[in-house]
Amino acid sequence: MARAAEAGRKAPDVRSDCWVRIVPAESGGIDLAIKSKVESMYGESLRTSILEGCERLKIRNAAVQLEDAGALPFVLMARLETAARRAYEGKIGAGWLPETQPGSRARTTRERFRRSRLYLPGNEPKFLLNAGLHRPDGVILDLEDSVAPAEKDAARILVRNALRVIDFGDAERMVRINPLPLGLDDLEAVVPENVHVILIPKCESAETLREVDAKVRSILGANGARVFLMPIVETALGILRAQEIAAASPNVIALTIGLEDYTADIGAQRTAEGRESFFARSMIVAAARAAGVAPIDTVFSDVADEAGLLASVLEAKGLGFEGKGCIHPNQIRVIHEGFAPTADEIAKATRIVRAFEDAQARGLGVVSLGSKMIDPPVVKRALRTVDLAIRSGQMEEGWRGGDDAKA
Amino acid sequence: MQKLERNAAGRMVPVEVNGEKAVPYKGVAVYKPAGRRAAPPIATCADYPDDGNKVLPDLRTALEKAGLRSGMTISTHHHFRNGDLVANRIFDVAAEMDVRDLRWVPSASFPCHAPNIRHLESGVIHHIEGSMNGPLGDYTSEGKMRGMAVLRSHGGRYQAIQDGEVHIDIAVVAAPETDPFGNCNGLHGPSACGGLGFAVADAEYADRVIVVTDNLVPFPCVPWQISGNRVDSVVVVDKIGDPAQIVSGTTQITRSPDRLLIAEMVAKFIDAAGILREGFSFQAGAGGTALAFALYLKNLMKERGIRARFIRGGSTKYLVEMLEEGLTDYILDGQTFDLFGVRSMGTNPRHVNTTPFTSYNYHGKGNFASQIDAVVLGATEVDVNYNANVVTHSDGRLLHGIGGWQNCLFSKCTILAVPAYRDRIPVIIDEVTTLCGPGELIDVIVTERGIAINPRRGDLLAAMKGSGLPIRTIGEIQAEVDRLCGKPSRPKSGERVVAAIKWVDGTVIDAVRQVAH
Repeated sequence: MARAAEAGRKAPDVRSDCWVRIVPAESGGIDLAIKSKVESMYGESLRTSILEGCERLKIRNAAVQLEDAGALPFVLMARLETAARRAYEGKIGAGWLPETQPGSRARTTRERFRRSRLYLPGNEPKFLLNAGLHRPDGVILDLEDSVAPAEKDAARILVRNALRVIDFGDAERMVRINPLPLGLDDLEAVVPENVHVILIPKCESAETLREVDAKVRSILGANGARVFLMPIVETALGILRAQEIAAASPNVIALTIGLEDYTADIGAQRTAEGRESFFARSMIVAAARAAGVAPIDTVFSDVADEAGLLASVLEAKGLGFEGKGCIHPNQIRVIHEGFAPTADEIAKATRIVRAFEDAQARGLGVVSLGSKMIDPPVVKRALRTVDLAIRSGQMEEGWRGGDDAKA
Repeated sequence: MQKLERNAAGRMVPVEVNGEKAVPYKGVAVYKPAGRRAAPPIATCADYPDDGNKVLPDLRTALEKAGLRSGMTISTHHHFRNGDLVANRIFDVAAEMDVRDLRWVPSASFPCHAPNIRHLESGVIHHIEGSMNGPLGDYTSEGKMRGMAVLRSHGGRYQAIQDGEVHIDIAVVAAPETDPFGNCNGLHGPSACGGLGFAVADAEYADRVIVVTDNLVPFPCVPWQISGNRVDSVVVVDKIGDPAQIVSGTTQITRSPDRLLIAEMVAKFIDAAGILREGFSFQAGAGGTALAFALYLKNLMKERGIRARFIRGGSTKYLVEMLEEGLTDYILDGQTFDLFGVRSMGTNPRHVNTTPFTSYNYHGKGNFASQIDAVVLGATEVDVNYNANVVTHSDGRLLHGIGGWQNCLFSKCTILAVPAYRDRIPVIIDEVTTLCGPGELIDVIVTERGIAINPRRGDLLAAMKGSGLPIRTIGEIQAEVDRLCGKPSRPKSGERVVAAIKWVDGTVIDAVRQVAH
């Protein structure tokens, strides 16, 4: 049975969002009431799109109330759809989706840098809009901890629409789903929208990853695009099974850790020094490396403490991590600085790369530097260091033509 | 019916403002009035006490003695910003005296002046010529004010007083430190605000000048930013300003990552454009983005070992630190935004008090604004021809004064640092709702979605080659935002003109119409 339902938010401090209430009726068509901060410029467009939405969602008779604080069209669509799903218990027309924008078709690769990944609360439109402009290596549209249990459905629809519309630039498009089985519903909504990486929270077994893989295949088809996986290990059991988790699927590209839950699970307090998590973090690094995937550190949660963040990044780098989560765009730059190679590392890497290229040009199978032979993994690592230095702005793209480094 | 004429910018503007002839805008640096400057009446020292004591018991006595009567023009100043306690009191006294139809000429108004709405309603104030913010902006926009509002830049206010467009009958100067003779400054006392630059023209040209203070010191009050020789009377009250509001919240650096991104791009642009070099100069306001820009620029200056010759403020803690760290030789300060600025101006001879006359005035023999290498400003809207609006919201409602904004456009490189959209409202649009600054003076628009350079500035475009900065056409940024937000429709407005926007030379560059109901 249909019932009155609402979605979205209204409060004086709400921005870029809206609130929709639908009261189903037996007759009388759509009775629309709109209050909008942008009425003078978008009043007509709001009216038209709500009426269009009602038609597409097959709502024929209802009172629809909108309070709008500058929601972009894809947000308005998400809120109306959420209210409609709630009001009609899902028995609505399908297919009222925002048109996919060119910026949503970006691609990714297994080998790319994943130094910074910016968490974005999945039910907060205002944080989603400009996230890509801050140039993180990845954005995580979060459906898990940042979304209240009662809003999981709303976030799923909003994130789906955001993935269709927002240009996240060069950032890898990631979604953190909820733990299974709820996470399987999340996959249904987001996987068709060119998600590059799925983060699986509280991962404790290889089985979970196989389940996610299977679900993705069932959504995209056997020949569909590949969706990478990044398990988040957050429990003692998960840590002890880290190796199995990292190697569970060819789609796993990185392994990461969540320390709030982990420290609680082992019965310790989380400290700034972090001795309580040293074993777990090292375990993540070793397990990831053993499986040939990237070890990625957790977030640093004091947004105002730049020095603390930098220290934490340098410590992570020292332990072998390649990336760190962030919860605020202002952390991205510090993280990239922290993971940038040092002048010594760059100098050494460029020497190795030159030697490697020289050997290749001369058709030699063995790379040597002075009297030392260089193993292929060392060459690979040096190439990556050089790439990273270029990406961090420490070297020019055309460095081979001239001096080694700017700095 | 109001008579309108199309001006050189293509805008329909009134040719008569509050019963006086107004000249439509003719273009940048075209209109040059001739004749002699206005002048105050000749005063005679014999009419003033030999002992120099001009203190009167209260404001009413002073206003009566100044001859306050209906139809006069009263001026006040915004050195205390939203903490001003004097302007409202003047009109309360005027109401008690049954005076009506006053023209109020504040150098700016703030939300704290909302109580004057009742004096507009009752007829004590006829209309306001100054900035219209907050509730006064709404009141004006809704067509409730009897006369037409006139908005002028800080330089334009000086120009209007000098060429006789605005004759001030009584100027009331709220001064943080004053002696009985009327020498006063803004440097010391519980309501210290720094300089008193906005009152200088008034003190010089008004028929009568009353100084109101809460901090009377024995003669001489040094330095005298305003000389007692121009002052008719001094009134001492308990409190002229609310210190917490005088140094208002504007001096907080933005924490918005998007604004920080814009600020950083502005600094990088100035570097890439070759503006950042030994002995350069810049001006940045006290808005959050401008402050963040100054910090990014400061870091670049330190990295390169570059020192500025002068910085124009709006001084704040951040500019003062640059002065004290030797990153600039001088601060030329037009308005002091926090207590660091106040302290510095009072103690550091290189922190110099300036006025709209030195910095902005159209009738001066040159001014400082055009000598500055780069200025960073905000705007509410910019159009694809680089014209900009700073006084109205996109719905046509008055919300800001012009301040020094128009005057600053004359710098060698004028940069508007703006978000590409605010809460779905695009900032870059086809045509500005209200024209405040002609596009020919605006060189660069920096948004979080890229930097647009005015095609007139081929030199800047060329300098950006290989800079790595996201240089785009203004049309590209607009199209991207329109795709995200949807193309906005033009808000409907009423017919009646409620405010005239003056250009720096006194001509009318645009008109603001009553908002539609």
